[in-house]
Amino acid sequence: MTIRGAACIAGAYEHPERVIPDRTVAQIHAEVAVGAIADAGLSLADVDAYFCAGDAPGLGGISMVEYLGLRKVRQLDSTETGGSSYLLHVAHAAAAIAVGKCRVALITLAGNPRSGGRAPGGGAQGGAPESPFENPYGLSVPGMYALAAQRHMYEFGTTSAQLAEIRVAASHHAQYNPHAYLREPVTVDEVLASPMVSDPLHRLDCCVITDGGGALIVVHPDVARDLQRPKVAVLGAGEAPKHGDNGRIDLTYSGAVHSGPIAFAEAGITPADIDYVSIYDSFTITVLETLEDLGFCDKGAGGRFVMDGTLQAPFGRLPFNTDGGGLCNNHPGNRGGMTKVIEAVRQLRGEANPEVQVPDCELALAHGTGGSLGTRMGSATLILGRQD
Amino acid sequence: MTSMPTPAPYVTPDAAAYWHAAAEGRLLLRRCDECATVIWYPRPFCPSCAGSSTSWVEAVGTGSVYSFTITRKGQGAYREAGPYVLAYVELDEGPRMLTNVVDCPVDGVRVGQRVTAVFHDTGQGTALPRFRPIGADEIPAVEIAAVETAVDEPAVGG
Ligand SMILES: [Zn+2]
Repeated sequence: MTIRGAACIAGAYEHPERVIPDRTVAQIHAEVAVGAIADAGLSLADVDAYFCAGDAPGLGGISMVEYLGLRKVRQLDSTETGGSSYLLHVAHAAAAIAVGKCRVALITLAGNPRSGGRAPGGGAQGGAPESPFENPYGLSVPGMYALAAQRHMYEFGTTSAQLAEIRVAASHHAQYNPHAYLREPVTVDEVLASPMVSDPLHRLDCCVITDGGGALIVVHPDVARDLQRPKVAVLGAGEAPKHGDNGRIDLTYSGAVHSGPIAFAEAGITPADIDYVSIYDSFTITVLETLEDLGFCDKGAGGRFVMDGTLQAPFGRLPFNTDGGGLCNNHPGNRGGMTKVIEAVRQLRGEANPEVQVPDCELALAHGTGGSLGTRMGSATLILGRQD
Repeated sequence: MTSMPTPAPYVTPDAAAYWHAAAEGRLLLRRCDECATVIWYPRPFCPSCAGSSTSWVEAVGTGSVYSFTITRKGQGAYREAGPYVLAYVELDEGPRMLTNVVDCPVDGVRVGQRVTAVFHDTGQGTALPRFRPIGADEIPAVEIAAVETAVDEPAVGG
């Protein structure tokens, strides 16, 4: 059994705001839910499955189902893998639809860290068994990714200028996105001249911190058939945690080495078939390792791969994150997985910003990396296809 | 040299011996009685063979820097610390542990550098194992017989 073609993404909505100091997280969840269901041409009364992660206030989605007034939810899933959660939600929704548990699934994300809101739970890290052996040493989020970048540089000769190319491509795309938090194109030199946050990562190697959110509607193909929007099918999905491996941690690869092949096999395609990629970009190193791990280039060759405009839309060899990504556009609630799926849907519908729309975009990949490259992560790969 | 903050760890019953030994200047490691795997982070369960019979052994206390970063501005207890080095040190027994490299300029740390453990008292009966570079005039560490099991395949959890 497979989820290939078992479900379609019928609605996708990204909150247009990036600074939202005046509303609760629950309200932002509601705003994106309404936006996505309207995009699909459905009603919230049609929703029979609800998916959310640790950013949702309350108890595992129960509070949000009440807030939204959903009355016929029969599939409830609060899978939490940090920023990649929403890709797993799409896959789990497709699986639930495939076995007949539901027909219209709503997935929401919201947060307001820019305005000083409480950081999303991210699981019970305070009580995590590894915490006593890590937290006292002054961990920071950039620091954990910097450890991965440093080791990648040591083993493969990757340079800061190569990492900067990833930011340059993202900023090139963001200039065409009127909602992007940072719209100014930057050069490699400007990335390298930005303040060092945690060596070897500069400030411009890091994603933005924004309020906002997004939502998706995943439906049975029979439901999608009656809707007016372009059809985007779920073709394959893979998910895998990667962790410290009993202290033998290897910082040079991510869980994408596991999730990618599963997704490609299910979709029956190879990396060469992909027209557009949304790659989780909490930091530039996250993108570089993920591209290698998904097989777009050899392990260790990511630095050379991203040079010469490879990632720049519309004519680069592998256009990525055409909304500007988490690096420039939006990283709502410190979680970038939702916006990765949304931009992939836009590309497949032909609704990306015109300057960065990939011509004849038929197959797209979205990848999420929750947790940290430097310790443990939840990786998720989703392959989507346009259906005419 | 900045003086590093030394926040006390949360001590769980199964790791009390580890933290108390650190306060006495000793680095303990948990080892599986069944398969001899050195376990990291310490826990009374072997993630290699699922055995639950494990014991403390004393580490030599030397290793090399697997990766490092200079955190320019810390958070929480480290907010006023100034730049400091966060690192993975690969112990000569095998495990790579998160720690700090201290007692040297922050821009003097390199991947592969040999280091030895130092213990910073938390004032609460425990200490944090950290590492300092081994000077050229010091006796090099004895090679430790590898006791870890092969890890050819990247492991997946769950
Ligand atoms: Zn064992």
